[in-house]
Amino acid sequence: MKVGLFIPCYVDQFYPDVGMATVELLEKLGVEVDFPTEQTCCGQPMANTGCTEQTRPLAEKFFRIFRDYEYVVCPSGSCVSMVRNHYVEYLNGRKDFEQTCARTMELCEFLTDVMKVDSIAVKFPYRVGLHASCHGLRELRLDKCSERRGVQISKVRRLLEMVEGIEFVKLQREDECCGFGGTFAVAEEGVSVLMGRDRCEDHIQAGAQVIAATDMSCLMHMEGILRRQKSTIPVMHIAQVLMGRQPQMIR
Amino acid sequence: MNVTHIDHPQLANVFARNADRAHWHDGALWFVRQKRDRQASLIPEWEELRELAGQIKTHTLVNLADILVQFENNATALGAKVHWAADAKEHNEIVYSILKDNNVQRVAKSKSMLTEECHLNPFLEERGLNVVDTDLGEWIVQLRHEPPSHIVLPAIHIKKEEVGETFHQHIGTPKGNADPIFLTGAARNHLRHKFVDADAGITGVNFAIAETGGIVVCTNEGNADLGTSLPPIHIACMGIEKLIPRLVDLSIFTRLLARSATGQPITTYTSHFHGPRPGGQLHIVLVDNGRTQIRESPDFHRSLNCIRCGACMNTCPVFRRSGGHSYSATVPGPIGSILSPAQDPKLHHSLPYACTLCGSCTDVCPVKIDIHHQLLTWRSELAHAKLIPLSKRASMRMVSVILRNTWLFKISGWFARKSLRWMPRFAIYNPLNAWGKSRDLPPAPKDSFRAQFAKRKRNKS
Repeated sequence: MKVGLFIPCYVDQFYPDVGMATVELLEKLGVEVDFPTEQTCCGQPMANTGCTEQTRPLAEKFFRIFRDYEYVVCPSGSCVSMVRNHYVEYLNGRKDFEQTCARTMELCEFLTDVMKVDSIAVKFPYRVGLHASCHGLRELRLDKCSERRGVQISKVRRLLEMVEGIEFVKLQREDECCGFGGTFAVAEEGVSVLMGRDRCEDHIQAGAQVIAATDMSCLMHMEGILRRQKSTIPVMHIAQVLMGRQPQMIR
Repeated sequence: MNVTHIDHPQLANVFARNADRAHWHDGALWFVRQKRDRQASLIPEWEELRELAGQIKTHTLVNLADILVQFENNATALGAKVHWAADAKEHNEIVYSILKDNNVQRVAKSKSMLTEECHLNPFLEERGLNVVDTDLGEWIVQLRHEPPSHIVLPAIHIKKEEVGETFHQHIGTPKGNADPIFLTGAARNHLRHKFVDADAGITGVNFAIAETGGIVVCTNEGNADLGTSLPPIHIACMGIEKLIPRLVDLSIFTRLLARSATGQPITTYTSHFHGPRPGGQLHIVLVDNGRTQIRESPDFHRSLNCIRCGACMNTCPVFRRSGGHSYSATVPGPIGSILSPAQDPKLHHSLPYACTLCGSCTDVCPVKIDIHHQLLTWRSELAHAKLIPLSKRASMRMVSVILRNTWLFKISGWFARKSLRWMPRFAIYNPLNAWGKSRDLPPAPKDSFRAQFAKRKRNKS
């Protein structure tokens, strides 16, 4: 199987190893990975500011680049949600649009629903604080939401449970937002930072050695706070954990 | 007061800067959210109830004209007098004329967000009437000359020590006594006289039932019942969206309301009023005040499904850390951030941005309003109407141009990484860098992903 890899813009520039771990993980599972180099960004920053006319060309660009792939895989729930739940505003009625949406998948979702992964040969002997990134959680339902009742599937946690030696810490608030929120992080700086500090503190108190999540954007925000507080707890993307990368303690 | 717009970030920053107090506020509301979770978990059909409640409300709003007329006919047949008010001004005038015609001097009010929305209290006070809010939280904020900070927990932002001080000043409780049981007892004794002396009672309405013409008021303190059973006149004020078609529908909402609001199985009092009591008067004032306009909006009509439980406020991580007053609106928090810009988009344009789009509000909403999606829709309405700052629009245009051109994106990324690697710390963390005020920027790697991927591909082949 060949997939088109979609790497979020800021991951491309600031967290290259998250992309590399994604590639290695997919190849390890026998998937052929193609990275169309023309790609840049899904357009979410503009869309979430309300600037839809500035978003439209990026939705068009994404669709043009990725429409012919059997699957598009992306290590971010937030960017995938942008495509799947919000591109309809820009591309509704276009030929192949619905299929492209349905086949654009977050990494854990792809591994669970398409690849039906039930074992991963990897060790990660650390206590992990799993941060539930909101868009993956509530827009893609990658994990159990504390607000909802009834049967819910935990795709992220199920994958991580296949890793040898991993331990999860018990958080006081298992799925509260970290306060990143895109431009919210700057526009509402005071509340954003307070939310981030509270999230980090929950992981620290719970004894986490590593904070992991499906979205690097939440982790970039939390890492920024941890670094400023001189904490040494590292943040890691799920793909890095699933590839058994060593946690790089913050210096 | 001549305010051109309300700046949520500014007020929120002030609240959040006092981290101890913000954490105390956050903890108080999170406690309520957890109580809600426990109650919801005891109802196996919880999600079905939410779905059904949303459908009943949607049905009601689609058929609102017929349902309102049915209600008017049935309520009138029961002996109530139904009044129609197009806006807040008309509502206040109707209430005042009823009071004046009956020579009312003293009014005992129970909780009503609608009368807050219409600013009824100052209107009546300016005309010489004595109005007492008899809900404990409402009374506390009334004594302090503050607006409520939350629609269900109006005084949630005030600590018990501060309540003790307020009571000491106004009703002479001993200075320094902040015992909640003592203070509640003192309030109870004081308010008892207000009920006995009142000439009329004003209440809000939680549900009005078209099929029966009855209205339902839910309280925990029984103050609505005292305020309507002692004085001979009862004025019930409600927005036109409070209707439900049938009595049988009520059971869905009473199961959801208190569980969502405060984590109780049901409110202590669920009082049904079917016409006036013998020898008394019941006036029901139906108020539009912008609701018809929201109902006609293809994007925001679902926000009228709201039953004012406040669950979206309790769960909102921003609300908990910015306080209700930072929204400067009658209904604060997530649902208020949809309703307020509908009233005045210029004044309230910062509210749809007071949100990380985490979506928790949508998942707790007992009538399944897609709150965070409507907030996102508001943002595009505001941006199109050029009601957000030019700086925001200009920077987004610039970012969009960069991202549309792959080569420009690559150069910009290269430049950003190089600058972060080589610029001195004080230059990076300059006063204009809002991100860097309390956070570090990400560590800048030497190569981008695309460079590493290309290198790997070359080495492989």
